[in-house]
Amino acid sequence: MEFTVSELKEYFNSVVNMIEEQKDYLCELDRKLGDGDHGVTMSIGWQAIKESLNNELLNEEDCGKVSIKVGKTFLSAVGSSVGPLYATGFMRGAKVIKNKTVLNGEDLAQFWLAFGKGVKERGQADVGDKTMIDTLEPFVNVLEEKFNDYQEFLSAFSEAVDAGEEGMKSTKDLTSKKGRSSRLGERSIGVQDPGATSAYLILNEFFNFVKSRSVQAN
Amino acid sequence: MKKLINNPKDVVEEMVGGYVKAHPSYVKQLPENERSIVTARKTREGKVGVLIGGGSGHEPGFMGYVGEGMADGVAIGNIFASPSPDPILEVTKAIDKGAGVAYLYGNYAGDVMNFGMAAEMADLEEDIRVKAALATDDVASALKEEKEKRRGIAGEFFVFKAAGAVADFGYNLNDVIRVAQKANENTRSMGVGLSPCSLPQTGEPSFDIGDDEMEIGLGHHGEPGIEKGVIETADKVAERLVHDILADIELNKGDKVAVLVNGLGSTPRMELYIIFRRVEQILNENGIVIYRSYVGDYITSLEMGGCSVTLMKLDEELERTIDHSVDCPMFVQK
Repeated sequence: MEFTVSELKEYFNSVVNMIEEQKDYLCELDRKLGDGDHGVTMSIGWQAIKESLNNELLNEEDCGKVSIKVGKTFLSAVGSSVGPLYATGFMRGAKVIKNKTVLNGEDLAQFWLAFGKGVKERGQADVGDKTMIDTLEPFVNVLEEKFNDYQEFLSAFSEAVDAGEEGMKSTKDLTSKKGRSSRLGERSIGVQDPGATSAYLILNEFFNFVKSRSVQAN
Repeated sequence: MKKLINNPKDVVEEMVGGYVKAHPSYVKQLPENERSIVTARKTREGKVGVLIGGGSGHEPGFMGYVGEGMADGVAIGNIFASPSPDPILEVTKAIDKGAGVAYLYGNYAGDVMNFGMAAEMADLEEDIRVKAALATDDVASALKEEKEKRRGIAGEFFVFKAAGAVADFGYNLNDVIRVAQKANENTRSMGVGLSPCSLPQTGEPSFDIGDDEMEIGLGHHGEPGIEKGVIETADKVAERLVHDILADIELNKGDKVAVLVNGLGSTPRMELYIIFRRVEQILNENGIVIYRSYVGDYITSLEMGGCSVTLMKLDEELERTIDHSVDCPMFVQK
């Protein structure tokens, strides 16, 4: 498969729209666990990314540079805790796809593995802490394993996203151990973690995006 | 909830814009980043720079404490969200007078990551020495055994004051940090929430609470507390807050403390002084000496209702930091 730099930018634009649609839902989840602004924070970040996609990045041909700019823009716009986490993810991903205008399946797999591992390293959270790592770590593990097995991106990514979804759903029954909501203790049980949810939505958006492309290509 | 704003997405920029125009003899915005504010007054070469910061919505925290005797600069985040590394780094560059910069902020995951990244960049790219001290004064936010996990609330004010004073005295960076950490070690806060605030961008209350309820230990971003129940009298609430603090820090007869009764945004001074009245009685009954008191809105949470009580146990060095005069746009002590 081939994935071009314009498709990468289109994908980021589709995340912008998806986040706008999910903004209120993410805020509502956060209201039960924190200060109720997770959707707003994500929206501020992705709206800033939209600005840069429509300006500085309009003629950018290097996938790596696009991803670096996406990370840095998100960080500058939001700060917060998701800022450094996503920035680190996209910047680590950028290293893998540096100087490339077209990506193959191997590049995409390596990009998302570096992304997930980068977030994990920055956040220092573990599975079970009720954070975005509950989505990202199973996603990374399955992607790594299945891509090795299949040597085909979309099927491996599909299973990885499913694993991420399972992880996201598992946060509902967990007690928060990291971030602001960790102070909630038992009272955090019953609510799905907003950070795990938005992380899943971003991965799932990529799956849908690539799938629709490959259907068209066939 | 009703708010006097224009567009919800512009509230931080417009607040900062108004603030620097209102107090040009105190503060200025850096041209490199509009979320960076530094003192407009000349600071001595060789003085350790004091940098504070955090989310917006806590005013006077944090931008209100830039001035003589407190901070040299502040990095401003979105509402209730840590600033990103950019404004922190710009302030660092502007206030470094060759002796390094002390970062002071509350213990929140976002602040730890953003200030940490800024500190790394200051060191690598700018060759500026940075050290950090974090406030962890909120007794309700974690058990004593996990004290390092506690969040910073109103006690941040004492940490800023202590570090700001000794930086003025000419202490070096290591000693400024040592004193800031000592101030934090000796400070405990407990809060109570009565009514939520609402974020301009969602318009939704930050938490649910009944008309007749209060929540002990509520965080100053609306993080749920440790206990929700029917609202009690001011005396009962003061007793509960002081009780939890005294159970957490050893205070003996004759020990001196600084007291802060802090309003969360919409609680009148009347109620804060009623709370203080009982706090003073309890301390007095225990033979604990009040060295200096602060009553008012020092670190708020937009229009949240409720208050917190903070005690800082003093030794001679901390007494001197409490005595030190301060001249900031939102706080003056002569």
